Formats: sequence, C-alpha cells, structure tokens
Amino acid sequence: MHKHLSSGIYFMQGSEALAEAAIIAGCRFFAGYPITPASEIAEHLAKRLPQVGRIMIQMEDEIASIASVIGASWAGAKAMTATSGPGFSLMQENIGYAFMTETPCVIVDVQRAGPSTGQATKCGQGDVMQARWGTHGDYAAIVLSPNSVQEMFNLTVRAFNIAEKYRTPVILLADEIVAHMREPIFVPPLEKMEILNRRKPKSGNESFFGSEEVPPMPSLGEGYNVTVTGSTHNMFGIRFTADPEVHRTLVGRLVNKIRNNVELLMDFEAYNVNECEVGFISYGCTSRAVYEVVEIAQNNRLNVGFVRLKTVWPFPDKIVQTMAQRAKTIIVPEMNLQQIFFEVQRAVNGAAEVVPLNKIGGGEMFTPEELYSEIEGSV
Amino acid sequence: MSYTFSAKDYLRDIPFPFCAGCGGATVATSFLRAIHELGYRDLQGFVFCSGIGCSSWIPSPHFQADSIHTTHGRSIPVATGVKLMRPDLKVVVFGGDGDIVGIGLSHLIHAVRRNLDATVIMVNNMIYGMTGGQVAATTPLETKTTTTPYGGFERPLDTVRLVISAGARYAARWTTAHPSQLKEAIKKALTTKGFSFVEAVSQCPTAYGRRAGFKNAGEMLRWLKKQSIAIAEAEKLPEKELEDKIVVGEFIAKTLPTLTEKIQAVLRKAKKHG
Repeated sequence: MHKHLSSGIYFMQGSEALAEAAIIAGCRFFAGYPITPASEIAEHLAKRLPQVGRIMIQMEDEIASIASVIGASWAGAKAMTATSGPGFSLMQENIGYAFMTETPCVIVDVQRAGPSTGQATKCGQGDVMQARWGTHGDYAAIVLSPNSVQEMFNLTVRAFNIAEKYRTPVILLADEIVAHMREPIFVPPLEKMEILNRRKPKSGNESFFGSEEVPPMPSLGEGYNVTVTGSTHNMFGIRFTADPEVHRTLVGRLVNKIRNNVELLMDFEAYNVNECEVGFISYGCTSRAVYEVVEIAQNNRLNVGFVRLKTVWPFPDKIVQTMAQRAKTIIVPEMNLQQIFFEVQRAVNGAAEVVPLNKIGGGEMFTPEELYSEIEGSV
Repeated sequence: MSYTFSAKDYLRDIPFPFCAGCGGATVATSFLRAIHELGYRDLQGFVFCSGIGCSSWIPSPHFQADSIHTTHGRSIPVATGVKLMRPDLKVVVFGGDGDIVGIGLSHLIHAVRRNLDATVIMVNNMIYGMTGGQVAATTPLETKTTTTPYGGFERPLDTVRLVISAGARYAARWTTAHPSQLKEAIKKALTTKGFSFVEAVSQCPTAYGRRAGFKNAGEMLRWLKKQSIAIAEAEKLPEKELEDKIVVGEFIAKTLPTLTEKIQAVLRKAKKHG
C-alpha cells in the first residue's frame, strides 16, 4: 500500500477514514486501549502505521494511552488516541494536563450510550458536556463533531491542524453511527490539503510557556532543557505554586488563546438561517435526519432551516443568535437527555422558543417523521 | 575521573524544596555522582520523567535537562511515549512509592513486561509524605500513620521481587544509609539494556519518622542500616524472620530484546508485507 492514501474516491468505514486521515495529517504515534465502538480505529492503525514507519502501541489502559500520547508529542510527534465514553472519562485528568502543558494531541471519543457501561454497542451523544467540562479546573475545550464518513476524514485533518496551531488537545467527538457506517469519500490530492505543524523555537532564548498567545514548542532532546509540568509554571516552565499572578497569567492565557479565536475555530453548516420560522440545531449523526426533514418540510411549504455544528466547542453563539432573530422555534434534537439544548437556550436568551427533542436507548436515531411531527407542533 | 564532582554542574540554581533531614537529596546526589562517574559532564541526551510526590521534584525542575513532571502515577507511560519516538534518548523515571507502586503500579508491571528501555528510580519513604503522612503500599505493618492511627493492617509490597518476577533485566534495593552502593546500583541500571529498577529506601522524618517514634533523621538512617540485610543472607532465613527487614542488594536477569528492538522489528515486517 502507498505511504498514505492517494487522491481518489474510496468506499470506507468512518473509523478507517479517520485513521487514514490521521496518517495524512502526519500522525506518527497512536496509543489506545480496546473499547467498543472505537476499536476499529486502533486496529486499522495497528496495520497501517507500521507500514509507513510509524508507531502504534496498545497500552494497559486509557490513562496510559493518553499519557504515552503526551510523551510522544513532547518527543516531537503528532500523536493521537481513540476511545469511547468510559475510556474518555479515564483520560480526563491527562487531557487537563495536556491543556496545562500546551501539548498538541488529538483525542477521539466515539460516543456510545452511557452512563457507565450502558449500552456499549449502541450509539449515543451523551459526552458533549464531558468533552467540554470533563477535566478539573479552568480550561477551554476544542471539540469537533463529524456527521459523515467524509467528515471523519476532513475533521481529523482539521483536529491535528488546530492542535498543532494552538498547542492544545483537540477532541474529535464522533459517535457509533458515523464511526461504523460506510460511505464513499473523496480524498483530495495532498498538495491541495492544508497540513499545519507546530511552530518550533528559533533561537532557544524564547519562552516556551508564555509571552506569546501560542508560544513555540521545542521537542525533548533538542538541547533546550525544557521543563514540562502540570503545576502552575512561569513562561520558562518553572513551577510557581503559590504566586497568584503566575497562575492568573498562565491559565488566563491558556483559556484566552481559545476564546479569542472563536471566529477561526467556528465551523458549521447553515441553511436558511436568516429566513426560517422553525430552525434545527444539531450535530453528529442526528443531523443526518435533519437534512431529510428539512426537505420534507419544504415540500410541504413550511419555512424551515438548520445549523449543523461541526465545531461544538467553543460554541458558535453568533449563528444561533442570527437564527433566533426570525425563527419562532428552535428545535434541538440530541441522542441524550438535553445537553447542547442548554447552550442553545443560553445563546438565544429568550429571543425564540428553544425546544429540546431527546431520544436515548438502543442506539436508535431520530427518524425524519419524529422530527417532522415536532415542526408541525410548532407552526 | 580527571575532573571533580560538583552536583551544581548538573543543577539549575533553584534550591531543593525538601524538609530538613529528607532522604531525597541523598538520592539526587547518588544519582548525579553515578552520572559523573559514568563520564557524563552534563545531562544532554537524558529525559527525566516524574510524577507527583516529593521525589518527583528531584529532576523537575532542578536538573539542567529535559524533564516532564507528569500527573500522579503516570510518569512511566509518558516515558514510554518518549522512548518509542526517540529511542536515541536515555529515559529515566524518578518517583516515590505512591507514584510507582500506589496509583501507578500497573504501569510499572507493564513497562517491565514490555522491557521498556528505561531506568526507574523509586524513592521509597514508606509513606505519602507530600500529603502529610498517609499509609502507603510500602508502609511496614503496624506503623501509625494519619490514616492508620491504630497501626497499619496491610502487608507492604516488595517491589524489587515484583519487578524481578515480571521480568526486569536489573533490579536493586539500597537505602539512603548506603549512598555508595546506591550510586553503584544506579550506574549499573543506567548501563543496563532494557528495563532497570532501583529502589532507594529513604527516610521521611517529617511525615513518617515523627509518628513512628523516631527522634530525628539520623536515628532513622541508623534504623535503615540496622534493618538492612543482604540478599544472600536473607535467602538463608525463614520468611517470618524477614518480615521487618529491608533486603538489599541486586538482582540480575538475562538480557532479552527490548521494546525498542521489538517495535523496530514490527516496522520492518510491516514494510515487507505492506
């Protein structure tokens, strides 16, 4: 097989598309622990990464997986792990560590129905808030949500690019349905794709943990004597665990480097947002039913629109507020018992009625009919 | 050596944060002396990984070197990621007994099983010192700690025997009352191909000694020395008589392929089949 997929059309599973995109994005290290429904990613990379001279290792648990990813990233490699809800919970402490130490890495969470072991083989969307608030302390999360096999490919490349550009962990929040479905995808030629790499120090006199919004990142073994610590540190990486100003400066910058770039991180698909009377806000597999219901509604002369979140966090307030200016009702279908609904309600702030639509159990997606009856109730 | 040893050659100008009488400085000095005697004039080419606990502060940020101060107990898997991507670097893990055989125990066993080419130095002060003196997996039976006020009721773990049975290439145990032997063991560990382990049983006068009835660090050191028994002698004694002893010395096993060698073989195989 070629070093990486050459340009062309392929028929692939979502997990495979994600794995191939990681190779194209330059992922040189993958560590993971078996878990349904994410194991296919590890299995595919176990075969493919060594073929291109890169490393895949199965670790003893999810904590070790994310820890070794962090080590590999500081050794200079783009690195990734993939898991599902329970494993994602185990990773949370070290996701905070990656945020605090500005370690670029990609964490894939293929969501299944929780809590706990729940319905381990069935789809769910219950990790949206975990992806945003899972670790402890003050932080900001970047979370992407694909809704097709093509997007498993595209958003994986984007996840690596954002991680490298902002020196921060990026969560790719997939779900069982998009990971297991098979669809044709188009892989563009490599020269047409944007592949970003972390900025390296030039002189070694720069600070690696401050002074700039995103400081340059050295690798271990380059002679910089870099000190990486999850304790509060000054711009040179030296621990300061009592000085209030050092903590405010560091954590403030880490949060602001994401908050200040919401416009660049924002990514959504919008349709008829300015005109619609009834709007849908959705993400991941659920959005696939929204496409169909919008078509049905329009055939019935109902004025419907949608916003589909590709970046879930940071949350794109503006486009939701734009929809709320004209729409009377905003419907938020989710395969959980209300999560993004609350965020929509906050952004809309009473300008429109926000209606939650929730379905859990058995991995059953919303049918277009279920969504349609909700529109009928609203107009 | 033609040049004289000065720990300052390897250290940042930041004072160690250890309490008076702590064994941490002894372990740091033994390590740096070992480095010096092996001919390293600086710590370039080394990466130090440590977790959370007093002894994790030995390398971070005090060593003039690359260091990663990780979350509690996760220094070994972080070291695994580093070594896999940069097999040319020498990876050394510093950690306390809480880090290495408390919260992070499974990582230790798996690193041994994989034969990760790294050296793990465990400073065993037999207590959770940084958090104020709670019972550890290494605390001797009947010891009073803040969480065992009536005396400990769980048997302590023999980490050296554990890593040997899991297949460690080199493992040694000494105490801070044996700084010279400790230094020699660290030299051997650093020159061992594959996984090597050194346990330094150390005194914590603040969080352990105080409640266990020791007057000061000196008394603890004399106790460490008195309790120590060489492996050869220990083997002649029944297990019952060894219960409160510290078995010191080194355990050496045969050399097996390392994780780095094994994974390189996988890459060659994959290229052929790919």
